[in-house]
Amino acid sequence: MRLLTHNMLSSNIKGVANGFPLRIEVEKVVEKKVDLNADFLRNIFPKIEWKAFAEAARTLGYAELPEDADSSFLDSDDFLDKFHHALLELHLEEGALICPETGRRFPVNKGIPNMLLHEDEV
Amino acid sequence: MSSRPEVQAPPEIFYNDVEARKYTSSSRIMEIQAKLSERALELLALPDDGVPRLLLDIGCGSGLSGETLSENGHQWFGLDISQSMLDVALEREVEGDLLLSDMGQGLGLRPGVMDGAISISAVQWLCNADRTSHDPRLRLKAFFGSLYRCLARGARAVFQLYPENLAQRELILSFAMRAGFAGGMVVDFPHSTKRRKEYLVLTCGPPSISTSVPKGKGEDGESCSEDESSDDEAEQTVCISDRHRPRKKQKLTKKGKGREWILRKKEQKRRRGDEVPLDTKYTARKRKPRF
Ligand SMILES: C[S@@+](CC[C@H](N)C(=O)[O-])C[C@H]1O[C@@H](n2cnc3c(N)ncnc32)[C@H](O)[C@@H]1O
Repeated sequence: MRLLTHNMLSSNIKGVANGFPLRIEVEKVVEKKVDLNADFLRNIFPKIEWKAFAEAARTLGYAELPEDADSSFLDSDDFLDKFHHALLELHLEEGALICPETGRRFPVNKGIPNMLLHEDEV
Repeated sequence: MSSRPEVQAPPEIFYNDVEARKYTSSSRIMEIQAKLSERALELLALPDDGVPRLLLDIGCGSGLSGETLSENGHQWFGLDISQSMLDVALEREVEGDLLLSDMGQGLGLRPGVMDGAISISAVQWLCNADRTSHDPRLRLKAFFGSLYRCLARGARAVFQLYPENLAQRELILSFAMRAGFAGGMVVDFPHSTKRRKEYLVLTCGPPSISTSVPKGKGEDGESCSEDESSDDEAEQTVCISDRHRPRKKQKLTKKGKGREWILRKKEQKRRRGDEVPLDTKYTARKRKPRF
């Protein structure tokens, strides 16, 4: 799972008011190079919760992102490279996602988070 | 003809390792799913500006539908309830991320983030009650409600689906509308039993030009299914098939007027604002012959 996806996910356990961001527990991270598309990055940027994104990237061992970012940053190629790398090239391969409110663990195996809820969580 | 997969077993059981592999190694299925996905993507009507969007693939399975999204340059992630299907997707190295998730539990996604969603041959599964705790209505409600929230304003969701009957289609459609979506069914080739394909095209947000439903292919100027007269409804047997009951039994209510049918009719009337008696244990109960 890439941080793009992580940034959109939120815990939807019954009764949880703020399920975002899911905390990340890392066992294994892999990197896969993909082509950069600046149009995509510009289009998705306003939808990214930056603080959670930068924090998640640090958890995966990538500390190059600024703490804060606004759309003027998108003019910088250096910024786009880093944004691209953290968003689309880092994969949480093994580990877990943790609901910030309940501490419920969603295991991640082979890059796939298991988001299935137990019956009493629906 | 083999019976519908939906009535054989719950999806996570039906799509086991063997079935997942069979599904994804059939070139016929691959071709069909690719075509359906192309059409769904077309119906999403994304701006024609070459900018890749972030899309959701609901019931993504082994990634056949997602691949079409990748081929068209989009980013996506998908969810599916079958680990076996997702394992095949991994083997095939699809470009989107995969989530093991049950759409009937609602989508755990932040509000307004998705540029669009597609779902190919999957949503009719929600009409089954696979566990005693499953209420298809609650699951449809959770699903469409959460889908509505995670889509950006004006974004679309397109579902190619195989409803079992008219009532099932209506059930799905009504929950989509209740969640706030505008839109309706697009039927391609409505006059051909073989080529006929149904798409539920939904737009998030208040009705506008962009929410009007596009025309189906091969319609010959005839109106499509939207306003099919409700008289045939009485002929429909069940709107929710419950696998725990033998199929034969369900057929027994042939002329329609079973409890489910009556409850549904009453619900429809209530929605129209009519005065309707409460649902009780006496509703639709058989009367003694001497009555
Ligand atoms: C006919 S396959 C289609 C897969 C893929 N969209 C394609 O076009 O090849 C239907 C898929 O829906 C999935 N499905 C059924 N019920 C589901 C549910 N409640 N939540 C998530 N996925 C579900 C099944 O596991 C299966 O992979």
